[in-house]
Amino acid sequence: MSIVFKKTSMLTDAPLSYCPGCTHGIITRLVAEVIDEMGLAGETIGIAPVGCSVLAYNFFSCDMIQAPHGRAPAVATGVKRAHPDKTVFTYQGDGDLAAIGTAETIHSGARGENICIFFVNNAIYGMTGGQVAPTSLPGQVTQTTPYGRDVKYSGNPIRVCEMMATVTGTAYVERVAVDCVKNVRHAKEAIRKAFTMQQEKKGLSLVEFLSTCPTNWGLTPVKALEWLRENLMAYYPLGVYKDVTAEEEAK
Amino acid sequence: MSEKVLMKGNEAVAESAIRAGCRHFFGYPITPQTEVAAYFAKRMPKIGGTYLQAESEIAAINMVLGAGGSGARAMTSSSSPGISLKTEGISYICGSDVPCVIMNIERGGPGLGGIQPSQSDYFQATKAPGHGDLHVIVLAPSGVQEMADITYNAFDLAEKYRMPCLILGDGILGQMMEPVELPEPKEISAEDKPWAACGHENKREHNIINSLYLDPAELEQKVRARYERYAEIEKNEVRFEEYKTDDADIIITAFGATSRVAKSAINTAREMGIKAGLVRPITLWPFPKEILAKLADRVKAFLSVEMNMGQMVDDVKLAVNGKKPVYFFGRTGGIVPTAEEIVAELEKINGGAAK
Amino acid sequence: MINTSIIIAGFGGQGILFTGKVLAYAGMVDGINVSHLPSYGPEMRGGTANCTVCLCDEPVASPLVTRPDMIIVMNQPSYDKFKGSVKKGGKIFLDSSLISEYSEVEGVETFAIPATELARDKELNGLANMIMLGKVLKETGIFGVPEIEAGLKKAVPEKKAHLIPSNISAVELGMSL
Repeated sequence: MSIVFKKTSMLTDAPLSYCPGCTHGIITRLVAEVIDEMGLAGETIGIAPVGCSVLAYNFFSCDMIQAPHGRAPAVATGVKRAHPDKTVFTYQGDGDLAAIGTAETIHSGARGENICIFFVNNAIYGMTGGQVAPTSLPGQVTQTTPYGRDVKYSGNPIRVCEMMATVTGTAYVERVAVDCVKNVRHAKEAIRKAFTMQQEKKGLSLVEFLSTCPTNWGLTPVKALEWLRENLMAYYPLGVYKDVTAEEEAK
Repeated sequence: MSEKVLMKGNEAVAESAIRAGCRHFFGYPITPQTEVAAYFAKRMPKIGGTYLQAESEIAAINMVLGAGGSGARAMTSSSSPGISLKTEGISYICGSDVPCVIMNIERGGPGLGGIQPSQSDYFQATKAPGHGDLHVIVLAPSGVQEMADITYNAFDLAEKYRMPCLILGDGILGQMMEPVELPEPKEISAEDKPWAACGHENKREHNIINSLYLDPAELEQKVRARYERYAEIEKNEVRFEEYKTDDADIIITAFGATSRVAKSAINTAREMGIKAGLVRPITLWPFPKEILAKLADRVKAFLSVEMNMGQMVDDVKLAVNGKKPVYFFGRTGGIVPTAEEIVAELEKINGGAAK
Repeated sequence: MINTSIIIAGFGGQGILFTGKVLAYAGMVDGINVSHLPSYGPEMRGGTANCTVCLCDEPVASPLVTRPDMIIVMNQPSYDKFKGSVKKGGKIFLDSSLISEYSEVEGVETFAIPATELARDKELNGLANMIMLGKVLKETGIFGVPEIEAGLKKAVPEKKAHLIPSNISAVELGMSL
């Protein structure tokens, strides 16, 4: 019998703690696979956030540091400055990255920290039970916007890729999704590109993944994917927002 | 032996940290500790180190978590309001057993307070430098030479017990110049930190720097193990200075710059026939309880002199345990108690309970 | 036997902190204990500046002094602020070019030196502080010129070492007054 599929050794045997149907698991696996395929496992330090992926330090088999809420880019900065030749990444959600950690996100970009940020945007605070997030859509019903997000009252959604692309110092910014096979394959290439940029010391890479939260959206996994395609993708268009290597080639 | 140089306390701290092998400093500007950052900014690029001005105090302490967690000797410094912002990171660093050195050149509070010297962060430093069951080692120098020596040793202490060392200074100590003999530079190897998250090179299990334990039993066990280490520290690392305590009737307790003023007061009081002495805690945590308990059997009274509204006096009372009266005198808001004021307090005590 | 505390005060830019540094370095080279405590904060910028220097055979107890043995004051606000703080038997050295309103303080010796004018007349621009210091040396005998010269060598950065001789000339001028 031949082995046709094998779990990457960059993932430990710890069961993923994500809810059934959530696409976090796909993203976590993709990041792990790319690190493994690029042969970086032994020299990588990952930074886990606070949020649904808080236990990421148990999932990835590389060395891991668990950061306070929103501070992963600062922790990553400390690691990278101490070990400039090692590979450093953060894995963060929307509340972590775009609310409490906005300053850390923007300034790590402005400093051109040579790290990768993997940003999972599911438009809600998942782990704490479904509160409005900086990326929740206008009108979106959450536990703390029970009548729908009124942007005049609780503010407008933040488009992270669009914002980070304007920051001088970021090298590569792309928004991807993992809602279908084609997009999953493309997302993996985006991750590979981000790590390649780091190897080439280009500066900060940020890959945003549109992700589902069936539990807190109150939808089945399939319906959640449909909602993502119809609503999230409309507000947060997929695509490359910045690529300094493409700009260099064009010159 | 290196030559004596005249240096500001803030600069002596920075140079001494570099000589202790610290190559990573993350800071944020705040008076009156700015010279620390400025000194590092000048020196670090020349010796292959990092000086980084972070976007906030919060980011700076988390950069320390990253650098320290990956095995480097890392440091941050600030003054009171900035330390409040760092308390989140300090708690995580304690919970993750990461060594580092933090300096607080205290100024008056609460809030934005003022910029003149103060000791009003004693409670914060010794009781709750962050949320949760935790301690940090708190070191209180009283002069520029001691600023240098304490900083130099703080890194070893932090690494020995895998926890933060907090150096508690104040505006006087930071700004004052005194002759200082700087310690010899030493080279540090990261090899001896098998716990560090610096890449496993496929040679060992992955290291995790983490403070999250969802299982209460596991968390309790972790905290208890840490408290066993704290007990070791209380046994091994208590440091204090005694000044003219041999025949003293009244013991002043004072730390940092205040202890210097207290010494002047003691000398004046002795000329007036009041036998006063000083116990100066050098470690504020662990607190020198035993010497105070021992002296309580012999002396007539204690007077805690502080640049605050009465904070260390609580620890003095716990140590004295009701055996003798414990008085307090303090000035706050950035005002330093004068020797005359302290002498007046000694006279009051001498004419009253202590007679 | 030396146990002296000195407050030096004036405008920022008059070399107040530098004068303190020279005294502290002179003491250090001489092998006694010294401390130099500057005022800090917004007043450093364009306002008044002061520093406290302690020189002592014993380790310096408090570097913060409220009753100094002497003051060297180089503007009116500093004179007004510190004249009452000097210990009985102490000394006040004031720059009479810049301080017009002064009077004898009981129990304290006052020396009025037109240091800023002298500096201008003798082409020792910006060295009124060193002229004041020279007068202090003459009246107190705390240090001689060799100690001050050694202190200057430590206090002055290498690239400004060529300014040391003019500083010494100013000190000597002060000593001749």
